[in-house]
Amino acid sequence: MPVTPSPPEENVGRYIARRLLQTIPMLFLLSILLFTLVNVAPGGPLAGHGRSRHMKPEKAEMLKRQFGLDKPLPVQYVVWLIGNDWMMVDADGDGVPESRGERRGILRGDFGFSFQTREPVLDEIAARLPNTIYLMSITLLVVAIIAIPIGILSAVKQYSIFDIVATTLSFMGQAIPEFWLGMILILIFYAWLTNPATGEPLLPAGGMKTLGTGFNLWDRIQHLILPVTMGMVGWVAWYSRFLRSGMLDVIHQDYIRTARAKGLSERLVMLRHALKNAMIPLITIFALDLPYIFAGSLYVELIFSWPGMGRLYYQSATKRDYPLLMAILIIASGVTIFANLLADVAYGLLDPRVRYE
Amino acid sequence: MSETPQEAGKVVQWEAPAQAHETMASMVWGRFRRHPGAIAGAIMLTIIILGVLLAPLSPYDPETSDLTNRLEPPSLQHPFGTDQLGRDMLTRCLYGGRVSLTVGFLVVVITLVIGIPVGAISGFFGGWIDNVLMRITDAALSLPALMVLILLSAILREVDLPIVERNNVLTIAGVIGILSWMTVARLVRASFLTIREQEFVVAAHCIGTSNLRVMSRHILPNAVGPIIVEATLEMGYAIMEEAGLSFLGFGIQPPTPSWGNLLNSAWEHMIKHPWLAIFPGLMIFLTIISINYIGDGLRDAFDPHKVLQKLGEV
Repeated sequence: MPVTPSPPEENVGRYIARRLLQTIPMLFLLSILLFTLVNVAPGGPLAGHGRSRHMKPEKAEMLKRQFGLDKPLPVQYVVWLIGNDWMMVDADGDGVPESRGERRGILRGDFGFSFQTREPVLDEIAARLPNTIYLMSITLLVVAIIAIPIGILSAVKQYSIFDIVATTLSFMGQAIPEFWLGMILILIFYAWLTNPATGEPLLPAGGMKTLGTGFNLWDRIQHLILPVTMGMVGWVAWYSRFLRSGMLDVIHQDYIRTARAKGLSERLVMLRHALKNAMIPLITIFALDLPYIFAGSLYVELIFSWPGMGRLYYQSATKRDYPLLMAILIIASGVTIFANLLADVAYGLLDPRVRYE
Repeated sequence: MSETPQEAGKVVQWEAPAQAHETMASMVWGRFRRHPGAIAGAIMLTIIILGVLLAPLSPYDPETSDLTNRLEPPSLQHPFGTDQLGRDMLTRCLYGGRVSLTVGFLVVVITLVIGIPVGAISGFFGGWIDNVLMRITDAALSLPALMVLILLSAILREVDLPIVERNNVLTIAGVIGILSWMTVARLVRASFLTIREQEFVVAAHCIGTSNLRVMSRHILPNAVGPIIVEATLEMGYAIMEEAGLSFLGFGIQPPTPSWGNLLNSAWEHMIKHPWLAIFPGLMIFLTIISINYIGDGLRDAFDPHKVLQKLGEV
């Protein structure tokens, strides 16, 4: 077997640039794959309309021409990618192309119009994205606040009662289906428990705020408790377990013994020397989870009627709103690829033993 | 590589690992047995599998409605209550379990059938093949999994071909499997990369063993531990994913029950009739926690270093 020579050192900037360049063909391939998938669906994008009994075949043909769906798939892809302002299109659907197209393609930031609402896709996304970021950043913050201390304590007091309970709960948290947890939370806090003062359900079962009211912090918090709990359980279970095993790996290293030997307090050894190193893999998996901040948790948003990205995607899939579907898919893929890159870079920056190759 | 008679003679000795493999299996079992969580998980999973297999013994039919007994709460006749069409929920949960467990099992098979060859070829040959296969793996990993899962099953839900008709078990398993082989592929590749440099592999090459045989008989058996652990955990993920898809209405279609679509139909009636939501979810939860504990036990059993560390000997 030939021994490969170790690659020359590469600086971080060049590494990032090279990885970003690799991202472009990958996104390109993914977009072709996703576009084909979306468009080979039986009946095509208009299947949803076609099933309506009120739609005459001529009307369907006309709509097809208006949306440009009569063109071959590669042409449709090119139009989706770079727009159609270089070709003549059939805007009134009579079969004769008469005007220049107006779409600019996703490369120029035009994701087209939603079939359902006829609004620009980007406007639809812009209306939902802040709600998802709001919910997810609070969820992740709560996850960090709970998971990190549990992970540290479990490792430091390995095999204590605390560790055993935390480990068992973590196994339960990883095994509980997220959507079922949401249902159980609604049963307990909405259906069964009531607010003793008013006799109303203890916590609301959906939405971001009570409709028809202005901004009220307590009302907002009440609407956050259940969705955040539902979204956080699996994450806390997984992160705390991950940090625990990371800490255990580190605790047995020689430099920890050295730190103890030179008389540092146990607290300082754990927090300054052990945790710092045990956090490296945790930060990496955290970076890999970043796409959730954009895409949101589909189950949380559906169960608690949260008007965010996950629910928007679900609705566009059920209603076969292809422009919207494609836009969310391609942006989510881009964010995922970016998060992977970020995880690799973070790992290298935090752990000097890792070299970019 | 040419073969001299002396070297060919050694081939006989290379058949020996079969025996060593048995020893390893009994060692692993010995360690697995001492992991209380894993044993509890194994017992629980056995009970669930037995229950699911014995489902036809139930006096009730999972799909025939009985409108005189609609939405009955749990009782001796109906331990899990009845649903909005008067069907016994215990029976439906057991039949649903057949579907969910079958999907889980099929996904593991698909994952291994794709993941092992991809990882093995990648790690064994290296070079451009490795590069191409790993870029494909990376691309598959950067798909937003749940979204693509929904997209694929939303498309296939409308297809009326004989094999993939109306999102049956095979279709859903295929869709989930195609999006989950990457971890196994990376794992197998990593094992192959380390093992292929070891002396016994070089020796096998030297006596003229074919690449396929080196890969399947000499390297793969040494990588089997992590693969078994990953396959076990994958079964849990697959059951969870099927349940999620069916809960969203994109998975197994009613009237065929699966744990996920039972929860889907429970959703509207849940506030007044909570048993509809509680039991199917409990089945998923118990199955997955059992599988995860078994996986944890297997991981410790295959990794003696970890066991020693647990005992405080390292």
